[in-house]
Amino acid sequence: MSRLGEVLAAAKADGRAALIGYLPAGYPSVEHGAAAMTAMVEAGVDIVEVGLPYSDPLMDGPTIQTAVERSLARRTTTADVLDTVREVAKTGAATLVMSYWNPINRFGVRRFADEMVAAGGAGVITPDLTPDEAGEWLEATDATGLDRIFLVAPSSTDVRLRYTAQHCSGFVYAASTMGVTGSRTSVGSAAQALVARTRAVTDLPICVGLGVSDADQAAQVASFADGVIVGSAFVRRLLDAPSPEAGRDAVAALADELAAGVRRGARHV
Amino acid sequence: MSTPDASGHFGAYGGRFVPEALMAALDELTVAFEKARQDERFQGELAGLLSSYAGRPSPVTEARRFGEHAGGARVLLKREDLNHTGSHKINNVLGQALLTRGMGKTRVIAETGAGQHGVATATAAALLDLECVVYMGEQDTRRQALNVARMRLLGAEVVPVTAGSRTLKDAMNEAMRDWVTNVDSTHYLIGSVAGPHPFPMMVRDFQRIIGDEARTQVIDLTGRLPDAVAACVGGGSNAMGIFAAFLDDADVRLYGFEAAGDGVETGRHAASITGGSPGVLHGSRSYVLQDDMGQTIESHSISAGLDYPGVGPQHAYLHDTGRATYRPITDVRAMDAFRLLCRTEGIIPAIESAHALAGALDIGRELGADATVLVNLSGRGDKDVDTAATWFGVVSDEELLAAARASVAEPAQDASGEGW
Ligand SMILES: Cc1ncc(COP(=O)(O)O)c(C=O)c1O
Repeated sequence: MSRLGEVLAAAKADGRAALIGYLPAGYPSVEHGAAAMTAMVEAGVDIVEVGLPYSDPLMDGPTIQTAVERSLARRTTTADVLDTVREVAKTGAATLVMSYWNPINRFGVRRFADEMVAAGGAGVITPDLTPDEAGEWLEATDATGLDRIFLVAPSSTDVRLRYTAQHCSGFVYAASTMGVTGSRTSVGSAAQALVARTRAVTDLPICVGLGVSDADQAAQVASFADGVIVGSAFVRRLLDAPSPEAGRDAVAALADELAAGVRRGARHV
Repeated sequence: MSTPDASGHFGAYGGRFVPEALMAALDELTVAFEKARQDERFQGELAGLLSSYAGRPSPVTEARRFGEHAGGARVLLKREDLNHTGSHKINNVLGQALLTRGMGKTRVIAETGAGQHGVATATAAALLDLECVVYMGEQDTRRQALNVARMRLLGAEVVPVTAGSRTLKDAMNEAMRDWVTNVDSTHYLIGSVAGPHPFPMMVRDFQRIIGDEARTQVIDLTGRLPDAVAACVGGGSNAMGIFAAFLDDADVRLYGFEAAGDGVETGRHAASITGGSPGVLHGSRSYVLQDDMGQTIESHSISAGLDYPGVGPQHAYLHDTGRATYRPITDVRAMDAFRLLCRTEGIIPAIESAHALAGALDIGRELGADATVLVNLSGRGDKDVDTAATWFGVVSDEELLAAARASVAEPAQDASGEGW
């Protein structure tokens, strides 16, 4: 079983959903970004998503766009992203990269998979790559054992849910709503319905992302999903902080609250 | 050569690189388009609008005095500038707006650079009673203020986009974000042959009327096919529309002219095929201006409508297979050709189209006086009067007039901005 599979299985054995935290690499700097991710893990995050900053993030709302633009203004490279993965993987957390397709395509698909494995990375989430266009990626991930996580959405037909889940490993990423990343006041019932429809076509764990920002929402999602993914709310803590250290502490404090949330939301497994 | 495979690939290019959330809408659109193609009522309604509303067919005008500067070649202008709203963009917009209504959607969104596609979309939305939101890079709202006013007069909401480089590519990102959020009610009316399948195929087919008309008109006028067809290439819709009718005519050379800005060698340009490399942007694989890391490089052109770091996937394919030739035209050369057409033919072209005119001067000289060159005059220059006045205003009125007179009188070879 992959590192990602082990972490999800351990959470399940605990009778709770896993907590997954996202931050973009290179913000506020490569070192401080990695430190914030490490602090996140120490405060209870099980799986870290390291964002690979991209110039045209069309799945992201204003919060993540801002942090990513600042990271790119500092000339964060793909090598920096891999270094961040290496740093975070040392904590023992399952460490993933979240990346739009063009930077991976440009780096070299197989080379990226190889270097991810070498850095201790467990898998990659590809928000604008579906299995339809993933031929080279399927080969590279099969060859290296890296987990590949595709997204399903409320608009996915049952045929596409089955098709997408068949090509995933590690878990299936269920987008809670139709829209881009960003905190929302409530996570709609669409998420629960999507998880139920996805369960009908796969035995893989299903993790829910988009819009979750506080412990109550985390608890709510944890009652029906195998993992709760939080991004913009963490990024917001870094953006609002007066210093990188304060940002790291604010990220850790949020992780602590969310970790309590997923435990409150524990369900019968 | 002309049809993509079932999932929208032209050779290695095209396809769909989009969030899963959009897949259902793209499938729905593909089905609606395929149905509309066979549907006589749809085709009849579109043909009616194109003739009674947009003013088609657009004429072909022989540009004799301009042709003298093109090595004496016969230069024929396909007059898309005479369409309602001032460019070829209306052809595609009317088709997609009818499809929107057919799919039961009530709202359209669009990205725009020069504002021509935004104006066309706002126009069709007013006509068909659709809500309309147009995303436009903040930098472009300033360059093309007149078109912002036109869109607002037509009842559209114009949203200036302040992310990234604040130009067309960022407007497209923002439109995609809107679409993924509101896809139930909303159609994203993409304005070029870019984006995920079926857009490159569909927009080309709605623009193909340019080439179909022109092919017949040229034969009627000259008794034969043209030797070359020239068009400017931003996303590539006016070029694909005119090329489409000539793809199977092996003897007709096809030329696409990309915006070279300050010159491809300076890095400040928008020539994706000449100066870019294969990559993925805005939902399809094609040539892209990108750095070593795969980050999109900001494009530069005096022409807002060509200021885009990508290009439609079928152009990438036509380039790789050698069926079409793509060349760069600098700002300076485009503006020289702009002025030349004003002064020799009494036609103020869009600056976008002036890139095709500059290219036609070269082709005419290369092919010689016996050649016929068909140029797609994709739009009119009303929107560009400010830009042109600023450009030419760097000299005094007398100097400007003298330079213009000289360029018209001069032997043709010396008239362009670069040495020839
Ligand atoms: C007059 C005119 N020509 C050309 C273009 C470029 O678009 P395309 O390459 O899709 O024809 C534009 C875009 O705004 C335009 O307004």
